[in-house]
Amino acid sequence: MGKTMTEKIFSEHIGKDVKAGEIIVSRVDVAMVQDGTGPLTIKEFYNMGFKDVKVEKALLFIDHASPSPRKELSNSQNLMREFSKNTSAYLHDVGEGICHQILVEKYVKPGDVVVGADSHTCTSGALGAFATGMGSTDVAIAFGLGKIWFRVPETIKIIVNGQLNDGVYPKDIILEIMRIIKSDGATYKALEFAGDCIEKMSQDDRFTLCNMAVEAGAKTGMIPADEITKEFLESNNRGKDFRKIYSDPDASYETVLEIDASKLEPLVSMPHQVDNVKTISELEKENIKINQVFIGTCTNGRFNDLEVALRILEKNGKNPDVRLIISPASKDVFQKALKEGIIEKFVELGAVVIPPGCGPCVGIHQGVLGDGERVLSTQNRNFKGRMGNPEAEIFLASPATAAATAVTGKITDPRRFL
Amino acid sequence: MIKGRVWKFGDDISTDLIAPGRYFHLRNDLVKLAEHVLEDAMEDFAKKVQKGDIIVAGKNFGLGSSREHAPRIIKLAGVSCVIARSFARIFYRNAINIGLPLVVLEEVNEIEQGDELSIDLENGTVENITRGRIYKFEPIPDFMMKILREDGITNYIKKYGDFPEVAD
Ligand code: SF4
Repeated sequence: MGKTMTEKIFSEHIGKDVKAGEIIVSRVDVAMVQDGTGPLTIKEFYNMGFKDVKVEKALLFIDHASPSPRKELSNSQNLMREFSKNTSAYLHDVGEGICHQILVEKYVKPGDVVVGADSHTCTSGALGAFATGMGSTDVAIAFGLGKIWFRVPETIKIIVNGQLNDGVYPKDIILEIMRIIKSDGATYKALEFAGDCIEKMSQDDRFTLCNMAVEAGAKTGMIPADEITKEFLESNNRGKDFRKIYSDPDASYETVLEIDASKLEPLVSMPHQVDNVKTISELEKENIKINQVFIGTCTNGRFNDLEVALRILEKNGKNPDVRLIISPASKDVFQKALKEGIIEKFVELGAVVIPPGCGPCVGIHQGVLGDGERVLSTQNRNFKGRMGNPEAEIFLASPATAAATAVTGKITDPRRFL
Repeated sequence: MIKGRVWKFGDDISTDLIAPGRYFHLRNDLVKLAEHVLEDAMEDFAKKVQKGDIIVAGKNFGLGSSREHAPRIIKLAGVSCVIARSFARIFYRNAINIGLPLVVLEEVNEIEQGDELSIDLENGTVENITRGRIYKFEPIPDFMMKILREDGITNYIKKYGDFPEVAD
């Protein structure tokens, strides 16, 4: 019987064959925390008596409240800076961008085991790694012992065939998956994306899919490392990090789900649950007024996302009643967008461009909503209170739908502006 | 043996409802953060909950963010155990790691607000004292029970320097 990608990666790491369902202790290649979870990790790390980190790549990111809006947060961020000075852990400070984006640009290799004290650590799975989110204490142990326990997950294979129509994007594919399998449909499982649509998909778009695996409860989302992965690593000067990772053709899957990409239309996730998904045609009829549009985050804050949004906004202008907030996912994305003139055009259009980081996604700064307000965001979550105000409503969609909505001031089908 | 009164919650209680993002700045002061535990799901819960009380909820409890602060403040508020039809994965792991027992139980709908329960983790039973019913649940795997018995993984690692043995 062949192995899934997950079983292969863990078998390599512990030096014997493992199967889904087993509890194992595996070496970790990359372990990371962010400023929301890191201070607790540091406290527990010292509590357990550890002195230095034992992971090759132990990383700290200040991206959530970045730069800090309050003194309490400034103080806890200083704990992280101090920790990086006293140990061999490396810190990415304010302005560098979102942890998951920097991980894929600079650190994660196909075949790695990655743990992060952030639920969207699954994003790195798009490089053919096993990457999963854990709590602060788990990562403290990974830092201190260089290993952590896992239950090897079963895999759900999602085959996406066919070509997306104009105006429909990978974000719509993952929202369709959420609609079908729901917020607990993949609890404890790994999702593996396959099919000709995925094989042709750019690496940036693949990150969008894997990023939201956790929204279905999954432990991770994975895509085989192939030629497109290789090109991505090469473009980040990491060509030597590439190797092929894929599941054996006779690997055993718990279930297989098939999606025809050519049948999809733009989708929107409605408040207050990610799996509460409606089609844009249903929603347009409801004339839903939107106060704020946010384009960014680890889900959709990459260069191609900004490009797609700008194309729609440039031709049609921004509605004066909409606050448009743009945040590039990383410094690299920001610099590329600056060089290509994208940022300048957004500013001309009346958008607010905020520094690379999580921005309003966490609900503490840079765009907290008023009571009764509505935001359409390209992020991955819309739980009540997520963006700082439980009296506000969060809608999730692709950057194209976000841009079309910023043009009209109400939820709008991007296909009107093709 | 765990004994306590029930607070009833619905399905899909997210970590954003348990530990709201707007209190992000209190994350280093868990006692203060615990004053807001679950307030977006049930107003005044933190004020009313008594030491030893038990949370009973529907499916997918603890979905969303990996913030370990969520189970920590539930425990700090005095809650002795969370029973739910199912748990989100990271929350489950975090709760065991910080020594908050969890029970997966299908029959949560038969338990009401204010009922008195008695839970035997080792044998896998929940007794509803108020209604005179006993339910069985699949006991927590041994690997995790070992962590719970030390009141969390930090204590376990401090004591033994490593994880519990995994079966070969
Ligand atoms: S952008 Fe949002 S979802 Fe992504 S890591 Fe930051 S806070 Fe989490």
